Amino acid sequence: MKKLAEIAHSRAGDKGNILILSLIPFDSNDFDLLVEKVSADLVKNHLKNQVKGTVTRYVLPELKAFQFTCTDALAGGVTTSLALDAHGKSLSYALLELEI
Amino acid sequence: MKEKIRIGCGAGFSGDRIEPALILVEKGNLDYLVLECLAERTIALAQKRKLQNPDLGYDVLLEKRISGLLPLLLKNKTRLITNMGAAHPIAGAKKIIELAKEQGLKVKVAAVFGDNVFSFLSGDEYSLENDIPIHSYGKLVSANAYLGVEAILPALASEADIILTGRVADPSLFLAPMIYEFGWEVDDFEKMGKGTVLGHLLECAGQITGGYFADPICKPIPDMHILGHPFVDVFKDGHGVISKVEGTGGAITVQTTKEQLLYEVLDPFHYFTPDVIADFSTVKIEEISKNQIQINGGGGNSKPETYKVSVGYEAGFRGTGEISYAGAHAVERGELAAEIVRLRLKDKIQNLKIDLIGMNSLHPSEFSKESQPYEVRLRVTGMCDSLQLAQEIGEEVEALYTNGPAGGGGARKYVEQVVGVVSTLLERDRVKSSFQQFST
Repeated sequence: MKKLAEIAHSRAGDKGNILILSLIPFDSNDFDLLVEKVSADLVKNHLKNQVKGTVTRYVLPELKAFQFTCTDALAGGVTTSLALDAHGKSLSYALLELEI
Repeated sequence: MKEKIRIGCGAGFSGDRIEPALILVEKGNLDYLVLECLAERTIALAQKRKLQNPDLGYDVLLEKRISGLLPLLLKNKTRLITNMGAAHPIAGAKKIIELAKEQGLKVKVAAVFGDNVFSFLSGDEYSLENDIPIHSYGKLVSANAYLGVEAILPALASEADIILTGRVADPSLFLAPMIYEFGWEVDDFEKMGKGTVLGHLLECAGQITGGYFADPICKPIPDMHILGHPFVDVFKDGHGVISKVEGTGGAITVQTTKEQLLYEVLDPFHYFTPDVIADFSTVKIEEISKNQIQINGGGGNSKPETYKVSVGYEAGFRGTGEISYAGAHAVERGELAAEIVRLRLKDKIQNLKIDLIGMNSLHPSEFSKESQPYEVRLRVTGMCDSLQLAQEIGEEVEALYTNGPAGGGGARKYVEQVVGVVSTLLERDRVKSSFQQFST
């Protein structure tokens, strides 16, 4: 088992109440491993206390990267959220805690 | 028609640093400088300032940014395109003329407007977020359509040195000069897609040169205290090379570029702007030399039939109080303090969020099970209908000094009026943009 942080990096973005997390392997040789291991279901389960909606995974073989689009994930969204990190900018590092 | 143009991005959000733009214009040999300073909520707040004073409503940092830039822009014949007009581009343009006169400079400014669609909405339109009428969120205060390149192009065709817009889609600020200089057709969606890719990569300024990327363990970035902002050489066929000024800090790499390409993109196969539904999945990112990244690919084949409209509404008052505990049993005393405040406020404020900073304020508790902080900071925050009630949250936390657990220190309290933002759609033909030119 290893944490995603050891083999990949991620950036968090937001659109309203939707959280968007990229996942990019440091070494593109690890792309296939991530395709196999990091499913939308796994990410949803990992972030279940944060993401109340669905997780959609986009696989980008040309870029050797992934996008995870998570609905109902930011306590209402940046403008009215009560969260300290209302944008969810730190949540990339929550994804990278996932062990595979 | 030109074969190549250079566009720099000197600000990626309203509060961005001032000097990277100055360095770009002074040493970057730019044709165009873009400053992207308008977040979703910023324009609603600007609208409120305009209601209080009809001479205001443009970006609060406009004066500070423009004063230093003006002489450099004019000397180097760099045109500026910026959304710092916010809720009132005309007032912003007048302010720029005033600043130019003070410095004895001659300048032409085009104020682009038409994004304010507040008077076109009845309130019965449905929100994209929750599929309920927008009036049900609260008192509406602003409604701005995300305009595209067609709003900027007429101003580019004028003599204006500075083009000041309100709400325009961020990539359109970059795509418009490409269309204008290369003679691209706006229904050449392949080119619109390629140009949108380049605009999207640049629009957050420092986020492609190492900002929001750096991690000293696995993604080190040099000299972030003098982080350079990016520029792109765009070629007539739609490919580009992204770089930064020699001697500035930061780094542009394949990794920084990939992170920014996917930033805030809901669906990389269908990225919606007013100009195109762009395909980011086919973008090719290649390092051609240090801090020089070549971008090929990307495209598109249609554009949306509607404009997206950001609607601002009065969402109430957010009150917050904080207090810290350290040393032995810091977490337990923080939890006790949280429980005291919860019991004191539970009958008055339904929606209260209680965090222990250092434990669980950023991520849900499942990620912090094993952490043992030396200190924790209690944070209590809630949304209230009235200012008075919102103030009570901070007052209750502050009262823990003498009524709460041992060793509570550093209490702070604050209240902010909250403008919420939701989105709706509007038919294209209901929105008419225009511009007005001002000169010294």
